[in-house]
Amino acid sequence: MHFTINGQAYDAEVDIRTTLLDLAREHLGLTGSKKGCDHGQCGACTMLVDGRRVNSCLCLAVMHQDAEITTIEGLGQVEKLHPMQAAFVKHDGYQCGYCTPGQICSAVGMLDEVARGWASYVSDDLSSAELTDEEISERMSGNLCRCAAYPNIVDAIREVATGEDREPVARAAEEVAA
Amino acid sequence: MKLFSYTRAESAEAAARAGAGGATRFIAGGTNLVDLMKLQVETPETLVDISRLPLDRIEEREDGGLTIGALVPNSDLAADARVTDRYEVLARALLAGASGQLRNKATTGGNLLQRTRCYYFYDVATPCNKRVPGSGCAAREGYNRILAVLGTSEKCIATHPSDMAVAMRALDATVVTLKPDGDRRRIALGDFYRLPGDTPEVETVLEPGELITAVELPAPVAGARHLYRKVRDRASYAFALVSVAGVVATEGDTVTSAALAFGGLGPMPWRNPEVEAAIVGRPASDETFAAAADALLADARGFGSNDFKIPLARRTLIASLRELTGK
Repeated sequence: MHFTINGQAYDAEVDIRTTLLDLAREHLGLTGSKKGCDHGQCGACTMLVDGRRVNSCLCLAVMHQDAEITTIEGLGQVEKLHPMQAAFVKHDGYQCGYCTPGQICSAVGMLDEVARGWASYVSDDLSSAELTDEEISERMSGNLCRCAAYPNIVDAIREVATGEDREPVARAAEEVAA
Repeated sequence: MKLFSYTRAESAEAAARAGAGGATRFIAGGTNLVDLMKLQVETPETLVDISRLPLDRIEEREDGGLTIGALVPNSDLAADARVTDRYEVLARALLAGASGQLRNKATTGGNLLQRTRCYYFYDVATPCNKRVPGSGCAAREGYNRILAVLGTSEKCIATHPSDMAVAMRALDATVVTLKPDGDRRRIALGDFYRLPGDTPEVETVLEPGELITAVELPAPVAGARHLYRKVRDRASYAFALVSVAGVVATEGDTVTSAALAFGGLGPMPWRNPEVEAAIVGRPASDETFAAAADALLADARGFGSNDFKIPLARRTLIASLRELTGK
């Protein structure tokens, strides 16, 4: 089978049952994407397929040979981090880090959905997409973090989306006041 | 996952012909089917990939309605301005379902055909009449918190998990199909699903190879308010315990039209004309709304862990009707 991942062409001889996730991890050495539940419930495997975030554990590779696939490795590398990666580092948006590649790919796809004006379940107005913290939480609900780093994940995504860099101490004070 | 052979359909007609053989499944988004194949709940011998067929458009109809291609992803349908403007209940229901990642993959036709999330249907170590006909039902005496209180049978108490289908039921949607012999048919969504009875493994009226090509929505009801209220165990990314899709119009204090469908209660998106008859032409009052709840739940039956759904459905319906009528 033939694939385009992170702008690079790959040929691979794989079983017809192989998912995009297993293709990347087990056959192409792209181990950034993680296998959490393998059933579409946790989001650790999130990749961008033709620019849209999807659960790669539920995608049969054979069906995606003509797609443009982006994994966490394609977003950035240690020497040149994607802004979302840098923000997760800055805000400590993880503890164990296992869900992080999926969180970051999902957040990048999510912000593109916001840019296209897509509403969410918590949007009062279906024709606009203002990115409040409640909106970020709702839109990222397909990515579970067993360490519960959610407040810092929201901080990281908010800073990339809006440039607003809110100090954790100030945020905690606001939450206490609320 | 069991081994399968894979073929990519070049046309809807070719797909329907290929699908007519036994043990064949169409695959598009695959978000439910691939999961079921991993668990070996589904073991198709052949997968017919329909994901590239040109069934991904939303088009205006002459009657003022919409034709939604079977392959339109859930996220695109929820974001379409014609849907958000005219069929808010549908956009809200879609956004209440699954996650951003799943909505990007899941299709309109596949959403209608997704399988129940009954734990025992997924657990191949337990009996399940829907998975293995005649093997029994572990859910009746088991963990049935999420399962049905309406339309159940001795053989099965599964719920249909879709939010989208509940809204489409309230909107009087029609399913358009293509059969292997080339015939097309239009099936009202209200006639599309079957009650479990003695054959819970048969969930729809579709024949082998019959392919959903589109869903049609009639012109929207003028002046009606739309609502999709979903009650679930966590705030997001969970299936409905109870949901209500409502399209209700009032004049003054009187309800002039009402379409109400329910999720989480039955084996199909649930709609009962007696519920609507209890409120149309009546004053929008709690007394009227209670009568509607009585009509909805007259035949409801719990199985222990899901008994709570009956009072929950009553309260959710009454709260929904208050909102829909501005009370």
